[in-house]
Amino acid sequence: MRLLSARLSAKRRSPLAGVVVLLLGLLLTGGTYAALSPATASGDLGDNEALIAEGRELFLVGCASCHGKNAEGIVTQNGNQLGPSLVGVGAASVDFQVGTGRMPMAQPGVQAPRKNPVYTEEETRALAAYVASLGPGPAIPEEEKYSVEGIDNEAVVRGGQFWRTNCTACHNFAGSGGALPGGKYAPTVLGVDEVHIYEAMLTGPQQMPVFSDAVLTPEEKRDIIAYLKSLEASPNYGGSGLGSLGPVAEGMFTWVVGIGALVGFAVWIAAHSTRSKKGKA
Amino acid sequence: MTEHHETQMAVPGNEDAVATTADPIADPGLPPHEPRPTDVDEDAERRAERQVAAMFGLSVVFTLLFCVAYFTLEVGGNPDTFLGMGASTVALGGTLGMALLLIGVGAIQWARKLMSDHEMVEMRHPIASAQKDREEALAALNAGADDSGIARRPLIRNSLLGALAMLGLPAVVALRDLGPLPGDKLAHTVWEEGMRIVNDVSGAPIRPEDVEIGQLINGEPAVFFESNEEGEPLIEGVELLAEKAKAAVILVRMEPEEITLAPGRENWSVDGILCYSKICTHVGCPISLYEQQTHNVLCPCHQSTFDLADGAAVIFGPAARALPQLPMGVDSEGYLIALSDFEEPVGPSYWERGER
Repeated sequence: MRLLSARLSAKRRSPLAGVVVLLLGLLLTGGTYAALSPATASGDLGDNEALIAEGRELFLVGCASCHGKNAEGIVTQNGNQLGPSLVGVGAASVDFQVGTGRMPMAQPGVQAPRKNPVYTEEETRALAAYVASLGPGPAIPEEEKYSVEGIDNEAVVRGGQFWRTNCTACHNFAGSGGALPGGKYAPTVLGVDEVHIYEAMLTGPQQMPVFSDAVLTPEEKRDIIAYLKSLEASPNYGGSGLGSLGPVAEGMFTWVVGIGALVGFAVWIAAHSTRSKKGKA
Repeated sequence: MTEHHETQMAVPGNEDAVATTADPIADPGLPPHEPRPTDVDEDAERRAERQVAAMFGLSVVFTLLFCVAYFTLEVGGNPDTFLGMGASTVALGGTLGMALLLIGVGAIQWARKLMSDHEMVEMRHPIASAQKDREEALAALNAGADDSGIARRPLIRNSLLGALAMLGLPAVVALRDLGPLPGDKLAHTVWEEGMRIVNDVSGAPIRPEDVEIGQLINGEPAVFFESNEEGEPLIEGVELLAEKAKAAVILVRMEPEEITLAPGRENWSVDGILCYSKICTHVGCPISLYEQQTHNVLCPCHQSTFDLADGAAVIFGPAARALPQLPMGVDSEGYLIALSDFEEPVGPSYWERGER
């Protein structure tokens, strides 16, 4: 080495100098890329071998019967998808599906309903780490991306605009959900954890489309979450909101229950009458 | 039934008119009247009187309570005190409702217990006036006509008729305010070659590599977010709303092998990204209820369903035509752009639309 550096300093155009510069350049590019490229693979989860191993154990017991032993997905003999492949769905998908209790499903059906989670937070993290290790996919978002603490009113208003443009077609203007074709439905988004709302937009679970971070930026997603949280916090001054399902449901209730009660009352007034057997004195 | 019962009856005030009815079945008349307890028992009568007065009195109490609640309870201070409703809301509504209800119930009690309940019959009378009145009216009319000389002075009569007829003209002329006629406005939108497709609300342009499989983007033409040198928006106000109602689009991305490309539209999509009009072809509702796995878009108004993987063909519902597709490409900076305006009018059908 001493000889090499001596020659380099002595003679600027050594035949080896080009190779060294090339090597240095490659090293720099590769290093920069590794340091700066978006960590879509799995964030810090994917690096933990023990966590991945624990996740694989859990996966083989609880998930492999539908998703396959290597999460490759299972297609039934008549061509139906029993469980889709999980390669590349990312940790965010697992955290949403398992964290909201949708997975594991209780039985096959058109839609996996939300229920109490089966796995603890630690087990969910292990499952997420295992699935994230299978292929690059969206990572679980960091808390500063979805935390709505200290957010201002302007952001809530902007979130409302994004909500009404992108979400109300399925989830209703009040976030109370709605029906989809074929027995499917868009669930209510009220009372859902911030991180799960974020992950749903990021990954597009079930029939929901994807709203990627590059198109609907993290700030815009956070504004939407802030708007939903402000909806949850706003009181119902008129009493029962009847599920906030909209004017058709509310009109139906008024016509059937409200006017029906009035008609019944009128009939009752006219029907009741006591008569005396005594005759006028 | 061999016997017809004929009833002849003089109508009060109109002795010339005679009501005649022929009933195939004998009129059984009204059932015998049975008195109520309050008709025969003075105690019951007094009790009913006290009840009615008590209800009216209670109504006064509730009205006063309303006033008390109005001044003592804070509006909106505690919005879920009682069954998820505010104390003020419940108290104001409850007291005013009871005050009105007690007046109504008291009045009904009064009518049913104390007012006369004898059945009364009031016969219908003919609608026509008495013969004498009719003759008098006709005589007065003829006298007036003779006096004015309308039959003898055709010049006045005809000019009056002409003046009255011309009064219809302003009504016809004012119809012009309904215009101007739309011309071919319905057939065109603000989309043009090279205009970027941007995210609605934020106005951010879109790169195809940022769009993931299964993604839905509610898009608008970039011109809605552009302004001139003075910082004024290029399109604003009513015009912006009118143009937005036609130009809104949805972008979706799916696996390219899942798409059935229509002939002639092979170059309208970018790597499985498709761009369609957001306006339903039935009656023009904006639609973005998109199912990622079936690639169907459903219109919530009347359940028209379009298959975006198959040229947005109608697969269910009352819509008659597929959603128009926007030809899409990528500009030199790598953002999604329109290659032209829609090739057919967007939104619902109209008479002048023809077969396109």
